[in-house]
Amino acid sequence: MAFLKRSPWLLHYDASSCNGCDIEVLACLTPFYDVERFGIINTGNPKHADLLLITGGVNEKNREVVKNLYEQMPEPKVVIAIGACAATGGIFRECYNIVGGIDKVIPVDVYVPGCAARPEQIIDGVVTALGILEEKRAKMAGATNAKEEARHAEEVGETT
Amino acid sequence: MNGILGGVIGAILFLILAPLAGGLIAGIDRKLTARMQGRVGPPILQPFYDVGKLFEKEDVVVATAQNFYVLAYLAFIALSGALFFAGGDLLLIIFAFTLAHVFLVLGAYSAHSPYSHIGAERELIQVMAYEPMIILAAVGLYMVSGSFYVSDIATSAVPAIVYLPGVFLGLLVILTIKLRKSPFDIATSHHAHQEVVKGVTTEFSGSTLGQIEIAHWYENIFLLGLVFLFFAWNPVIGVIAVAVTYAIEVFIDNVTARVRWQAALKSGWLAAALGIANLAILSYMMLGGA
Repeated sequence: MAFLKRSPWLLHYDASSCNGCDIEVLACLTPFYDVERFGIINTGNPKHADLLLITGGVNEKNREVVKNLYEQMPEPKVVIAIGACAATGGIFRECYNIVGGIDKVIPVDVYVPGCAARPEQIIDGVVTALGILEEKRAKMAGATNAKEEARHAEEVGETT
Repeated sequence: MNGILGGVIGAILFLILAPLAGGLIAGIDRKLTARMQGRVGPPILQPFYDVGKLFEKEDVVVATAQNFYVLAYLAFIALSGALFFAGGDLLLIIFAFTLAHVFLVLGAYSAHSPYSHIGAERELIQVMAYEPMIILAAVGLYMVSGSFYVSDIATSAVPAIVYLPGVFLGLLVILTIKLRKSPFDIATSHHAHQEVVKGVTTEFSGSTLGQIEIAHWYENIFLLGLVFLFFAWNPVIGVIAVAVTYAIEVFIDNVTARVRWQAALKSGWLAAALGIANLAILSYMMLGGA
């Protein structure tokens, strides 16, 4: 039942970060931290992803890309904003082209602080996200059941 | 063996046990890979968690036809494997096997995505690369055992590997293509996640992707069965040979970089040339002996 928690595949996108946080995200995948221990795989495909790890403050150019990536991910999905820029726009907040924070564009579930965020913190953020992912899955399954039951009740109502 | 009954039992056992064994082998594969890279690696049961998860996810369908094609892919892979373990005709098995991959390619083409299309083209190139060699393997086993039927080849007392070393080496080359391993993993880009996104599987998600994964487990067991046929005169050596072969494939996967499709095609056909040379020498020796 709880397969989702054991096999979260992540998509990593750099929404105009300075690359500091991206290097730390990739460090999680190296032998030293080895997040594949938890079944985490780095996919390059939003359609295979469960987690969206996103860094940087989003600029006007990639705003649509971020939205598009989010919409292409199948439910249930969780967004993790990594680093100060992803949370608020950070040091680039006042720039003319910066939207300022991922949550200005798509809903964010977990914020990982830091400039740059440390790999330990990122892993902690991902583990927190897994709990939210499981909640979302349960809700989704519940909604499907409710729908099925409603349809069934309707059918019964029609026959009688 | 009492023909039909044994065949049916073999086929049913394959259909039930192959996904379990295939998933387990995939898990061992990932663990072994992790250890070779100095990592801890995922649990052995990780492939089952992955597929379980895929069936929990939302299934985003781009074109409804793709679901049908993927189901056909799974069905024909399972059919070819079932025929194999039922002791059927090796040529029929290979044709069913090829047809299965044609369905996968059609599935990838049915979605209007450039990545999926590039993946489909590459998959076709891979089929072109391995097809000659896989047929030569069947021909070689026929020349040695005198039958195309797997049941006869498996019970033949002739050590096929002694007569067919070239064919076996050729088979090892295309096995790398078939197991979707580096250096020839050009269609699904399993390790280079961002090259053509995910090749043929780019547009598949949720349960459809899960079906592809299960089909791949069936396929791997069938291919390892084919390797076993070369050592079938002694089942103990056969099982050891299969294990060693798979370990070598994992090793090759970890020490090589991926090549271009041209190199994959050339390697596949070079393997076929090796196979043909082997068969030519074999037939010459057989004529001389007779």
